[in-house]
Amino acid sequence: MAQLFHPSTNTFSKATIFGGVFILAALAWLWSVGIRSPYATGVDVVRDQPVPFSHDHHVRGLGIDCRYCHTSVEKSAFAGMPASEVCMGCHSQIWADSPLLAPVRESFRTGRPLAWTRVHDLPDFVYFNHGIHVAKGIGCESCHGRVDQMPLMRKAASLHMEWCLDCHRQPQTFVRPLDQIYHFGGQPHADGDDLVRQFGIKKEQLSDCWICHR
Amino acid sequence: MTLDPTRRDPRAPAPLARAGEAAGGLAPGNRAYWRSLEQLAATPEFRSFVEREFPRHASEWHDVSGRRNFLKLMAASLALAGATGCVREPAETIVPYVRSPEQAVPGKPLFFATATTLGGYARGVLVESHMGRPTKIEGNGEHPASRGATDAFAQASILSLYDPDRSQTVMFRGRIDTWDRFLTTLAAELPGLVNRQGKGLHLLTGTVTSPTLADQIQRLLGRFPAAEWHQYEPLGPDNIRAGARLAFDSDVDMLYHFDRARVVLSLDADFLAGMHGSLRYARDFMQTRREAAHKPGAGAPMNRLYVVEPTPSLTGAMADHRLPLSGGRIESMARAVAARLGVEGFDGAGEAAEGVWDRWLAAVAEDLSGQRGAGLILAGEGQPPGVHAVAHAINGALGNVGRTVEYIEPVEARPRDQRASLADLVRRMRSSEVELLVILGGNPVYTAPADLEFADNLSRVRLCIHLSDYYDETSFLSHWHIPAAHELESWSDARAHDGTATILQPLIAPLYGGKTAHEVVAALSGEAQRTSFEIVEQHWQERLESQEPGAAWRKALHDGIVPGTAAEVRQVQWSPASGTMDDALREDQAGDGEPVEIVFRRDPTIFDGRFANNGWLQELPKPLTKLCWDNAALISQATAQRLGVANEDVVELHVGKHTVDAPVWIMPGQADDTVTVPLGYGRWRTGRVGEGLGFNGYAIRVSDQPWTARGRLKKTRRRYPLVTTQDHWSMEGRDLVRVAAWDQYERQAGHRQPNGDAGGGDAGGGPAAQAGHGPAAHGGHEPVSLYPEYPYEGNAWGMVIDQTACIGCNACVVACQAENNIPIVGKEQVGRGREMHWLRIDRYYEGEGDDVAGLLGNPQTFFQPMLCMHCEKAPCEVVCPVAATVHDHEGLNEMIYNRCVGTRYCSNNCPYKVRRFNYLQYVDEKTEVLKLLRNPDVTVRSRGVMEKCTYCVQRISAARIDAKKENRAIRDGEVVTACQAACPTQAIVFGNINDGTSRVRALKELPLNYALLDELGTQPRTTYLARLVNRHPRLGAAPIAGAQRGERDQEGERTGT
Repeated sequence: MAQLFHPSTNTFSKATIFGGVFILAALAWLWSVGIRSPYATGVDVVRDQPVPFSHDHHVRGLGIDCRYCHTSVEKSAFAGMPASEVCMGCHSQIWADSPLLAPVRESFRTGRPLAWTRVHDLPDFVYFNHGIHVAKGIGCESCHGRVDQMPLMRKAASLHMEWCLDCHRQPQTFVRPLDQIYHFGGQPHADGDDLVRQFGIKKEQLSDCWICHR
Repeated sequence: MTLDPTRRDPRAPAPLARAGEAAGGLAPGNRAYWRSLEQLAATPEFRSFVEREFPRHASEWHDVSGRRNFLKLMAASLALAGATGCVREPAETIVPYVRSPEQAVPGKPLFFATATTLGGYARGVLVESHMGRPTKIEGNGEHPASRGATDAFAQASILSLYDPDRSQTVMFRGRIDTWDRFLTTLAAELPGLVNRQGKGLHLLTGTVTSPTLADQIQRLLGRFPAAEWHQYEPLGPDNIRAGARLAFDSDVDMLYHFDRARVVLSLDADFLAGMHGSLRYARDFMQTRREAAHKPGAGAPMNRLYVVEPTPSLTGAMADHRLPLSGGRIESMARAVAARLGVEGFDGAGEAAEGVWDRWLAAVAEDLSGQRGAGLILAGEGQPPGVHAVAHAINGALGNVGRTVEYIEPVEARPRDQRASLADLVRRMRSSEVELLVILGGNPVYTAPADLEFADNLSRVRLCIHLSDYYDETSFLSHWHIPAAHELESWSDARAHDGTATILQPLIAPLYGGKTAHEVVAALSGEAQRTSFEIVEQHWQERLESQEPGAAWRKALHDGIVPGTAAEVRQVQWSPASGTMDDALREDQAGDGEPVEIVFRRDPTIFDGRFANNGWLQELPKPLTKLCWDNAALISQATAQRLGVANEDVVELHVGKHTVDAPVWIMPGQADDTVTVPLGYGRWRTGRVGEGLGFNGYAIRVSDQPWTARGRLKKTRRRYPLVTTQDHWSMEGRDLVRVAAWDQYERQAGHRQPNGDAGGGDAGGGPAAQAGHGPAAHGGHEPVSLYPEYPYEGNAWGMVIDQTACIGCNACVVACQAENNIPIVGKEQVGRGREMHWLRIDRYYEGEGDDVAGLLGNPQTFFQPMLCMHCEKAPCEVVCPVAATVHDHEGLNEMIYNRCVGTRYCSNNCPYKVRRFNYLQYVDEKTEVLKLLRNPDVTVRSRGVMEKCTYCVQRISAARIDAKKENRAIRDGEVVTACQAACPTQAIVFGNINDGTSRVRALKELPLNYALLDELGTQPRTTYLARLVNRHPRLGAAPIAGAQRGERDQEGERTGT
């Protein structure tokens, strides 16, 4: 009976077997790149919002403190979103007729709240707390990036667990003095270890699972 | 972490109310929808759709997966298996306030003081509100009936609030209707009523303690003098009241002071768990025990509890001496005690006593007469008035009045003989005198005594209006049904067992457009426009004096109590009308000659049936039987043998011509020839959860024998499957619950006190060794372990559970369920041992004799709350292949749901069996309204994930964050776990065992402290204090096995070095 396969197929099958390793490795690499890509993480992706609010204008241009709108950032897990009346505090006088602000005026008039699209969305099994981070020397910028240069809000970091752990394992490289929390564009603080001691941060505890998951 | 601030304001329109229900404030835009709904409502098709949609199919769960189905599903699952991880998270929205309310910090809960009621009486609570949605109930520390504790009913009422089966619309003759149309109907009735002076108008309520409602009804009766107000509470205190009238010829309530009592004799009174004020009473009673047990040798007195009862209760389980006695014999027993104490008028009374009886009576009499002024005799609601009168007589004769018992003005607005009141109503219904019957709450069609035939007579009422939270049996037979607002959605008020009033404030606008009794009575009075807020506020504003307007009202709301409203103490005279004593004792003799006694009791978890649709309470194991989802006729082992019946055999119970079929359950400690029938089951109209479960005890409850009846029991050949949780979590044959006799313990511990020198210098071999914390503490028997010791520099969390104080009331179990989003699984799954409770209470028995009858006749009962022990050397951690359960730096045994792949190795390796696995998707993720219920600080677990007690890590986390922000350590008592907060007797203490001054550390250093299954070397962080039993020296001669065991351990410690 004649051979079904020509001898040259040996080469082909050898290449496939050994090449398979590389193919799998390549796939794994592709996957790891994929999940870190903006497509998967949403980094730098601008979301549709009811009002095209510019942090660039309000923070850098006007110098409004973060806490003017995000009132509960020091007290609570949730940083807080400004109530419509906070917007109207200024915008009943300034740009009072701007068509861009119509949804805000509408909300204030009717009592129906604005619905902003969440930009920084952690999984529901993660319990992040803003209050403790700002109290222990993590500035807004460390996670949210140069918000003062964002005309439209976008994510600056992947919010992946490995990204959280970068800091939870080495807080000294990210902490800053408490008067720098709400400032943007500062340099990393030189004496991180001092600050960690001063804040009473227990580094080993920061990677306990129940710090974030429960 | 979805935030939805729109639901924050209690007075804002309820977000979930369907458009059809907010009839009063209907927005114009909704009108088209409304009209069509109304038109639709009129058609029979819609009616049948409404009727059929929920009750018939939803409760059924056909588990028939044929081969074909199985293959189809498997193929689909395989195809999708890879794809599930690739779903993009849907975009979430953040919805901020339009105008920020005061005080609210988004993401932080607020607590509001209000009260929940049971049988009309208030227990003060603080309700946790997350952005306007109530999620958890805690006790109000300032409220006299709570003192910070709650019971299982209060904990579970939060589930009833969100129950999607609660009535959602006004109904007229079974059709959906509107509140406005109801008001129109009522307005048409009013002129006629005015003309007749109200003749033909009958109100039926439960027990009313609400000052506002009482005031409203009084004014209504003033307007309609010929109208009648009837009251009926199926588990009402008629006997207690009649007993007081018999003794003092006036209406008084009793207020007990168990903290002052040294000897307590309970005549079938379940004061630890089954009375108004039980939370307080349990706390006071255990206060004495705890103080004595925690400071041995300090000379603190220990109290002693004698209980005589026909059927085991939680109080009986805690008794130092318990005597099972059929209900009918308790009166003669009481009289015999009175005779022995030489109480005037009782010479030579009571049953002749022999043998055990004689010794028993002698001991009781000796103790009571030795503790004049510090003794207390009380009788339960199930005992006839005569027994109560005897108790009053003894208390009076021993000088206990004014010390351990005080007589106070009745707390109820209008104390009446409720059974007679209901009978009177039915008589008038029968003779068609009742033109307009308004039933405010309650469910008389279901709960009324069977011989009154309430349902049949209801058809003779011209117009019947029923306000209730479910479309229940009575609603079905009434003309108008008005959905009632839940207590957490209404303005009202209520009084506690000592009379202190609490103003009930709503946490949320009525979800389903419910109305309150205040609004219905206002409508009857022609003031339909008044809201319950206006009614309640006006009532109190008129009565509260304050410097500036409204300040006292605001303070009363904030504190949850109205100061100065406690009932006044009354001086009463023992003045039994001559001859009535003997008559009273001869009451309850109807049906003499019938072979068995049937005693009716409230169900320990669903009360009189009102909680039938509450899944948490249905699945909550009954404290003693550990049955869930059913009731059963309880009989003693000896009776079962005599009758030839076994567990789950169905018998027919007959009382007169009334009969019901009931499955039998053998109850250790039950009096012979006595059948206990727990009421509250056998509902046929309540909701998806509660229909068709168990049997209806009311079917054989007749008005002349409401608590103790004579009847017959007939075997059938049928069986009915019951499920219980204790069988499959059994830890038999091991040294689990340790017991010590008080006098021995005090003697030994007293000697050991000065640095344990009686222990021969083995300071390290003391309690700390058992607590298993800190390597230095292991002293004598250093556990051998291959695993390294962890150092703990900061906090090291630990828990101590005091088995002397634990009364097994289940409050902690439901508190845990509410706090930690624990699902219910249903009867079928419980039958497979898949219940999800993180905290269970194991119940063990220890018999006094050698034979079966002795063991099961009158055993000592022990309760042992079991939760994750947070072992130092946790066996679960080393077997997890994916490190989903690991140790943290404070000694917590962490369970990481998002890592868990469901191998269940950890559960297999846990010697305490405290891990729970989500075999199926138990959490209801589809019902929108139940999402509001969940605690946002705890992950909602889905199918395939292991879970267990976390020591309420979310509360530890919150406390840690608060402390860290202030750069300080967490204070002792700052972290309170949900179970600890709920516990009425403070049996659970949690804290930092590294802190030398913490309460938990002090308890762990007591000689009573021991670790469960210590020999395994798991070094649990949760340890137990041995149960102390304070036996009378002459009765205590019979050795308790556990006591010997405890003693042996202590001996072992002393000689072991």
